Amino acid sequence: MSSIPDNVRYTETHEWTRKDGDKYIVGLTDHAQHEMGEIVMAELPDVGSDAKKAESIGGLEAVKTAEDFYSPLDGEVIEVNEELEANPSLINEDPYGQGWLFAVKATDETQFDSLLSAEDYKTHIGE
Amino acid sequence: MDKKTPLYDRHIALGATIQPFAGYLMPIKYGTIQKEHMAVRNSVGAFDLTHMGEFRVTGKDSTAFLDHLLTNDADVAPGKAYYSTMCYPDGGIVDDLIVYRIADENYLMVVNAANLEKDWAWVQSHLQDFDVKVENESDDTALVAIQGPKAQEVCKVLTDSDLDSIGYYEHTTGTFAGVSALIARTGYTGEDGFEIYMKYPDAEKVWDSVMEAGSKYDITAVGLGARDTLRLEVGYPLYGNDIDHSTTPVEAKLSWVVKLKTDKNFIGREFIEQQKAEKPGRYLVGMNVTGKGFPRHGTPVFSGDRKVGIVTSGSIAPSLGTGICLGYVERGFQKTGNELEAEVRGRRIPVKVVKIPFYKDGSRK
Repeated sequence: MSSIPDNVRYTETHEWTRKDGDKYIVGLTDHAQHEMGEIVMAELPDVGSDAKKAESIGGLEAVKTAEDFYSPLDGEVIEVNEELEANPSLINEDPYGQGWLFAVKATDETQFDSLLSAEDYKTHIGE
Repeated sequence: MDKKTPLYDRHIALGATIQPFAGYLMPIKYGTIQKEHMAVRNSVGAFDLTHMGEFRVTGKDSTAFLDHLLTNDADVAPGKAYYSTMCYPDGGIVDDLIVYRIADENYLMVVNAANLEKDWAWVQSHLQDFDVKVENESDDTALVAIQGPKAQEVCKVLTDSDLDSIGYYEHTTGTFAGVSALIARTGYTGEDGFEIYMKYPDAEKVWDSVMEAGSKYDITAVGLGARDTLRLEVGYPLYGNDIDHSTTPVEAKLSWVVKLKTDKNFIGREFIEQQKAEKPGRYLVGMNVTGKGFPRHGTPVFSGDRKVGIVTSGSIAPSLGTGICLGYVERGFQKTGNELEAEVRGRRIPVKVVKIPFYKDGSRK
């Protein structure tokens, strides 16, 4: 069973996000990192770039597969997890903590409320 | 039913991720590929490569037989080894392999596990004109590789053989960890290191002794995942990815293992000689990704709108932090420095033809 904490919100494309002060931290879910296997490279967006809800904003390369990841919210990328450059497997080891991907300053905070709850996400992935 | 190597229980105890590979349940990784890879580059790692196939060639015509079958020159001194391709008459590659000359009329061919049955049939079908005996020793020969700059430090306490006297691609038969073994300075990582061949019942003793002797260098068990990234960083081709029946040694830039300078005849010679003279339509090259990401096997390579090649192996290079790949490009596009594009997740990314090896600081002697 994957870890699906209920203090974050989820997307159908397997990102999680939580509010942290005036920004939203975004990462990959435990379920998704497990499905991908060992992640060997994270292509993160540039700080300052536009984030559009449900649009591809970066990519993850695992040993056997590659996947885009998507922004859960509209806004501006104001931070990226630079630790991932040297150590992308943090996404596998600690997906909800040290393995976060980027932070976005949301332009429409009501979008957060329409994201999936832990319960919704659990149903979505069939667990 | 997939076979277990005699070290299977050791891999399980180490928490390995096990996957079937070429009919064996093999360790893919124990922790992360990145860490295993860097352990081999910076210190030492141990590999179970028991899935590899071993054919013993003995008899009066051993040298003549191998000279007929293989593209490289079999007539090396006993105690030496050589890398070779084995080709079809059309120049396509049956397999690539290492051959150890044990004695005048005794060779050990080490072939890819995935090709074992095909190679065996191919070897069998060429015996008729030669006074040789070929035996398949794959099912009772285990192989443990110790690779990395500290490999000799680890191995020297386990044998009375003088390792300093064994040069690169040389070997000896001796005692290793108390058992009878073939001790060879060969490998597939770009680092200094040894490959130890022994009988199945002795494998655990060798493995345990290597892990214990290596503990002061933080020896790491290394799976097939890091074996692949290690070989790719030094540009060694992998059969099934970079070379196969549809590619020739000339295209794969393996002409250095084709004995065209001798007058020896071998299967494929006519085609290869002609292709070399006329130049092939494509070459295998190394490419660096100049941005992020990396292309994978099967990814098309473009020059502008024109498709000029295909990627055969691609990965992040753990030692370099950038994407690297091998691939075939049309003749005319293979020059070092040439800028091309590969497709990653539907987007074009810039790649640049570079000299192989990608990683140049290996400890290989």
